[in-house]
Amino acid sequence: MTSQVPDLWPPSAQEVVFLLLGVVALGSALLVVTTRQLVHAALWLVVCFGALAGGYLVLTAEFVAWVQVLIYVGAIVVLLLFGIMLTRAPIGRSAGLDSGNRVTAATVAVGTAAVLVTVVVQGFATAYTPLEPGGGAAATLGASIFRSWVLPFEALSVLLLAALIGAIVLSRTDIRPANPAADAGGPAAPTTPPHPPDPAPPPADGSGATAGETGSGRVSRDGG
Amino acid sequence: MNPTTGPTLVDFGHDPLWLSIIKAVFIFVVLMLGVLFGVWFERKLISRMQHRYGPNRAGKFGLLQSVADGLKMGLKEDIMPRTVDKVVYLLAPVIIAVPAFLAFSVMPFGPMVSIFGVETPLQLTDLPVAVLLVLAMASIGVYGIVLAGWGSRSPYAILGGLRSSAQVVSYEIAMGLSFVAVFLAAGTLSTSEIVAKQAGGGTWDVFGLEIPQPSWYAISLLPSFLIYAITMLGETNRVPFDLPEGEGELVGGFHTEYSSSLKFAMFMLAEYVNVFTVSGVAITLFLGGWRAPWPISIWEGANTGWWPMLWFFIKLVLVFAFFVWVRASLPRVRYDQLMAFGWKVLIPLNLAWILLYATLKALRVPESNKAFILTLGAIIVVGGLAIWFRFDTLLQRRREAKAAQIEEEFEQLREEPEAGGFPVPPLDLPHYHGVLPAGQASTAVKEVTSGSN
Repeated sequence: MTSQVPDLWPPSAQEVVFLLLGVVALGSALLVVTTRQLVHAALWLVVCFGALAGGYLVLTAEFVAWVQVLIYVGAIVVLLLFGIMLTRAPIGRSAGLDSGNRVTAATVAVGTAAVLVTVVVQGFATAYTPLEPGGGAAATLGASIFRSWVLPFEALSVLLLAALIGAIVLSRTDIRPANPAADAGGPAAPTTPPHPPDPAPPPADGSGATAGETGSGRVSRDGG
Repeated sequence: MNPTTGPTLVDFGHDPLWLSIIKAVFIFVVLMLGVLFGVWFERKLISRMQHRYGPNRAGKFGLLQSVADGLKMGLKEDIMPRTVDKVVYLLAPVIIAVPAFLAFSVMPFGPMVSIFGVETPLQLTDLPVAVLLVLAMASIGVYGIVLAGWGSRSPYAILGGLRSSAQVVSYEIAMGLSFVAVFLAAGTLSTSEIVAKQAGGGTWDVFGLEIPQPSWYAISLLPSFLIYAITMLGETNRVPFDLPEGEGELVGGFHTEYSSSLKFAMFMLAEYVNVFTVSGVAITLFLGGWRAPWPISIWEGANTGWWPMLWFFIKLVLVFAFFVWVRASLPRVRYDQLMAFGWKVLIPLNLAWILLYATLKALRVPESNKAFILTLGAIIVVGGLAIWFRFDTLLQRRREAKAAQIEEEFEQLREEPEAGGFPVPPLDLPHYHGVLPAGQASTAVKEVTSGSN
């Protein structure tokens, strides 16, 4: 980092590309929350992440850029799409995609953006770092993570692991509480007859209620 | 450039624009021709394995069969189903084909050569993180399958898309992990440097004996190579992991609604280019890249000039023949077996192997504290075994309980005459006319006629 002010005018090709990528990222992010088509929202999210990855590339952070594509575009949004398709996957506009909390959400979003931008501008407005090719390769990044930032990295890993285990525990219905009386109404109780009961089972737990809602929603859509 | 090991990262980025264009066009043309003759080669080889002749009418040895098929596809009527999401439906074949080609840009074909007076490596480009680019492109290609499945608005297609997304994401993890040992061994993620590291093996110094180390990572990192060989079949949706288009149960899977025309040709193209890409990665990372194997490499000129392109091509043909051989030999696995194999076998094995390899690697660093490393390793092994035994007994108990429960259900079913002693689907679901609530006319029950959308 230096405080020496570089030449900003005329802008170099990299700077123009970086600005354009920023515009693409912002525009597609807006489309994610404003589009009325569920799957298109996920696809605009792909465009947004792709533009971010392009931004990293222009800043010579190659490793971060490709990991961004690999993890966010290649895994997380695919899992989102997977979840959408596993439940309903509507084609066309969905009326339920509009939220009544629009104004509140927009206020919170603008507020968060304002805080972040202020912090970055206050902190780094006069700091410039020269871009050198190869600065974002795996070796430099690895050395930085596992030497200077190893404690936050490990803490984050433990946090992710805890979230993972929590998700598994929440989603598994075959893990029963130690006291069997508390689980008497569950759908997977061994005393359930082999034929399922009436189509609307009592919502004893979250999973049963969700399945019931999804099923009825699908039938009504097919009818209308 | 080092004349014995070939180009490294510093040799890239100096090409004039026209040379880059020549290389890109060359890769594109080679891949297109590769697909044309790859289809022919696969059909011919699998026919011979099954005691048939295969295509033998169009041209000599049926060589023009794929050309004829391509012409036929171009001339067929282009059918667009009425209710599809048009943008996504048209975009999906493009999304699946483009990344497949892009991944080939970092594949090294040979050492430095002189093209029209310019010294340049036989590789379009290289990055410090080139292997990640290949993985990223593979993960973008999944969108083509998922969107083709969703956009064509058909239950078969959407099931194919779902299967594919789950399968490719799972096998990508195992694939990425199988690269980790290569990165540890080579100390770089750049494809040209990984090839250079496989130029000559070092020596193992075991009790004063100098054992020459094999130079191919396929031999020195055998577990990684075996896992990669399995995951590359899963990643490209090839037999025995071709569930996304399992025609036995899903008609054509994700491309059911792309019934004819050039859009279907794009899917075929992408499948074969993907096969070539994963084969190229296997060659580059595990099979010595463009370098000639031992009996040829005695000849001094084997690894210079344009010859390595021939070795690369021969290796590519052999790996592709392996794909065909697998297809001719193995049946399709069941979906739950596929996922269980990926998550419960390949990934844990891979992690254990990486730990083991990292320990060996740490032991070979001269100034390392060997006692500390060995103690740490022993603690991890003992801890891992303890956890495994604990869960093994727990799972065994759970399995026994489950078996007892199933037995109990069968007992109950045997006593119920309407079920015939076998578990049958519930007959009171809305799309059956079977069981009606008491006092309700049969017209009140509306049949659900179609699919998931």
